[in-house]
Amino acid sequence: MSPAADRPLLEIERLEVEFDTRRGVVRGLRGVDLSIGRGETLAIVGESGSGKSVTAQAVMGLIDVPGRIVGGDVRWKGHSLLSRSRARQARDIRGKEIALVFQDPMTSLNPLIRVGQQISEVLRRHLGMTRADADLRVLDLLEAVGIPAPPRRAKQYPHELSGGMRQRVMIAMAIACEPELLIADEPTTALDVTIQAQVLELIAGLQETLGLSVLLITHDLGVVAGLCDRVAVMYAGQIVETGSAEDVFERPAHPYTQGLIRSTPRLDDHMERLVSIDGAPPSLLAPPPGCAFYERCPIAEARCATLPPLIPIPNRTAGSVACWRATTNAWDSASVPPGELRAV
Amino acid sequence: MRALAEELWKDKPGLIGFVLIVTIVLAAILAPLIAPYDPATQAVVGRLKPPVWMAKGDWAHLLGTDQLGRDILSRLIYGARTSLIVGILVVALAGTFGGTIGLLAGFRGGRTDTILMRLVDIQVAFPGLLLILLIVAVIGPSMVTMIVVLALTNWMIYARVVRGIVLSVRQMPYVEAAEMIGCQQSRVIFRHILPNLTSPLLTLGILEFTNIVLAEAALSFLGLGVQPPATSWGLDVSTGKDYIFVAWWLVTFPGLCISVTVLSINLFANWLRVTTDPQEREKRFARARAATRRRQERRAGVGRETP
Amino acid sequence: MGRFILRRLGQGFLVVLGVSLVVFVAMRVFGDPAKVMLPLSATTEQRAEFEHLIGLDRPLPEQFVTFIGELATLDFGDSLWQRRPAMEVVFERLPNTLMLVGAGLGFAMIMALPLGALAALRPGGIIDRVTVIGGLVGLSTPQFWLGLLLIMLFAVQLRILPTSGIGGVSHLILPALTLALPSMARMVLLVRSQVIDELNQQYVKTARAKGLRFHQVLFGHALRNVMIPFITLAGWEVISALAGYTVVVESVFAWPGLGHTAIQAIQRNDLFLLQAIVFTVAIAIVLVNILLDVIYKFIDPRIKLA
Repeated sequence: MSPAADRPLLEIERLEVEFDTRRGVVRGLRGVDLSIGRGETLAIVGESGSGKSVTAQAVMGLIDVPGRIVGGDVRWKGHSLLSRSRARQARDIRGKEIALVFQDPMTSLNPLIRVGQQISEVLRRHLGMTRADADLRVLDLLEAVGIPAPPRRAKQYPHELSGGMRQRVMIAMAIACEPELLIADEPTTALDVTIQAQVLELIAGLQETLGLSVLLITHDLGVVAGLCDRVAVMYAGQIVETGSAEDVFERPAHPYTQGLIRSTPRLDDHMERLVSIDGAPPSLLAPPPGCAFYERCPIAEARCATLPPLIPIPNRTAGSVACWRATTNAWDSASVPPGELRAV
Repeated sequence: MRALAEELWKDKPGLIGFVLIVTIVLAAILAPLIAPYDPATQAVVGRLKPPVWMAKGDWAHLLGTDQLGRDILSRLIYGARTSLIVGILVVALAGTFGGTIGLLAGFRGGRTDTILMRLVDIQVAFPGLLLILLIVAVIGPSMVTMIVVLALTNWMIYARVVRGIVLSVRQMPYVEAAEMIGCQQSRVIFRHILPNLTSPLLTLGILEFTNIVLAEAALSFLGLGVQPPATSWGLDVSTGKDYIFVAWWLVTFPGLCISVTVLSINLFANWLRVTTDPQEREKRFARARAATRRRQERRAGVGRETP
Repeated sequence: MGRFILRRLGQGFLVVLGVSLVVFVAMRVFGDPAKVMLPLSATTEQRAEFEHLIGLDRPLPEQFVTFIGELATLDFGDSLWQRRPAMEVVFERLPNTLMLVGAGLGFAMIMALPLGALAALRPGGIIDRVTVIGGLVGLSTPQFWLGLLLIMLFAVQLRILPTSGIGGVSHLILPALTLALPSMARMVLLVRSQVIDELNQQYVKTARAKGLRFHQVLFGHALRNVMIPFITLAGWEVISALAGYTVVVESVFAWPGLGHTAIQAIQRNDLFLLQAIVFTVAIAIVLVNILLDVIYKFIDPRIKLA
């Protein structure tokens, strides 16, 4: 295997994850394909339960009982991260070359350990630093993520820090070994609005200075717009559309993406009411054999009962969609009776 | 109900516990009908007979006889009555008293709460069994004394649990709303608080019951609980301990009864605790599935390579 | 820290006061010490003399004040049975009890952590299920019976350990084991369920995402958090042992500690000695509780001692 220079850093291929529940097997991921190149920023958007966080956890090897990976592969620079014989190498990569920032900084830090030590732990683990060297480097890292008075903060415990501070600590921990890919799983959801912007700015800044690739997972389209080159839209455990951020926002090809963008409030918009997509995602206990959006799609037709493949969109660079009627304007107000526009 | 029974059937330890509990309760209720002898009838000629499967045993006394020639099996069957009665009465008394205190503390709040809970804190730090010993020694041992004293020293946990639940339930929006619109206190208690108390109190009562059974046995063993001629498993172990060199069965069987009773309740309660908690139930299911999967994988002898 | 300990000592004082009130009420209001402590053949004069001697002929409030005063000076009167100050007997027997509790619960704690953690690694697996059932059996076994079974097995049948009394290490093994097993069972079950819970916490996911090795995640992160409930239970076990389990275990093995002495005092109607033991243990419990709070402070930075 010769890792070509232009080969993507991370490749996710037909990844399938299932969860055992008392009511049956929930198919959390149903064949997800995704790749991220060097220096690229990719956002995965979708509603909760669409499988975006599960994707991130699968990459980091965090899928636990009741979940399990049943098919597909995750490759880092061409080598599988899932194969059992390479588990040790995978562990060496995680935390060093790929790092993760979680959604909730309140519970993501160990309450009994000083934050400085929680950061230095990564340095000692992956870079073999001595305790003293690591402690010094921790101060630089805290400085880099914009925490004032690093020597004092490093000695504090998580409960002594605010939510925004803790998320900065999480980010410091993530960039400690200068990773090549940063996965941020809803990094701002649990934070105050004012802090959210600061944290996003921080990530954007680090991305530039460190040349990071970023995989941003979010349900908030507003977060994506300023930060990402590419967007992948997930629905019911599958990717339904990918493309450049501009394409996906301005010319959404999948009816679901169109609906999602339409239901996002915009500052320049003067719509009286917010609209939502009627209905709910299908149960993943027994997902429909065809297009998962079939039930809610205003332009569904007979062929939609068979699964549409994720194929490139004609006339676009690097855009693909899984829809038989892609690029049709699904939510034209003419095609929807006004009564179905619901206030949210 | 049917689904529940099916689930219990699948959990063998829980099922065994349940069956044993039913057996013991039935034995206690039907003691006069099923016990082969009067537990107090002495027979000097037939002393210290071993159980039937031993060399000198015979079918007249399945589990042998004690130092006074009394039939051990009959004593065990009657002994179940003592354990169950003491357990039930103490749990009922302590639960009612502690529950009322907890309800009062949780509802009144303020100074009442502070004083009552401080009282609980203080009594929790008492030297439990030793204090019981002292009281019983002064007043004189009897079954009634034991029941009262055990109830008076075991009510605190109910107060704490009930108070905690009352406080958390009162913070729920719908109860807050009910209180705000001027619902009568009694109505709030009966409609909102009591339904939330039933399940945790039941679980607590079951676990406390096992503790009381063990405490009764220990007190009777020390000679400060049930007094002869009444029967109790703890008392029988106590009289049997002087014969451990010649007749192991005197000590072994009554002790086994205590152990099996408590164990079967614990097994069943363990199952019940998980089953009544939807989250725990889900976890148990997932773990069982994962364990089965691991076994299958091991049997197949293949680790998952690059899929 | 100093102020905290002072405050806890104040609370401990309330506990001891509560105990003395209960003892006082039990002995002077509900009970009749003269009847219990004097032989049946005692004459009315002897009875009156005894009552006057220990102040039973004075009004109850006055008796209570005197009673508290005696407690404050650790003056519990003379043991009728030993014919010397009750406290002297207590101080002589206390080390034996502490040795038994230390050996038994020390063993239980050392065994419980690895056993519980091992079971938690594969919840629902065979080791886990055996551990859970074993734990339930352990906490369902009455200690006095367990002790007798061990005597029958190791002392009567195998003849490798002494049946009772105090002496070398061999005398300590069976009583300590009897004291340890039920406590150990409770601790194993707690460690198991706590480790399972902690391993599912978000911070453990963070630790794993950092690429830490499993043992680093388990020992460096999860077990640290398990220590908090573990210390709570261990402290409770020490207190329960002092307050009661040792009475049972010591009397099975005739181990000359406070518990066995308490039973002997009851059998000899020596209420003064019994009273001295009860108060000593009450004070010991207060001290253990303070010690526990200090230990918490060292483990959990979130706790502020005030």
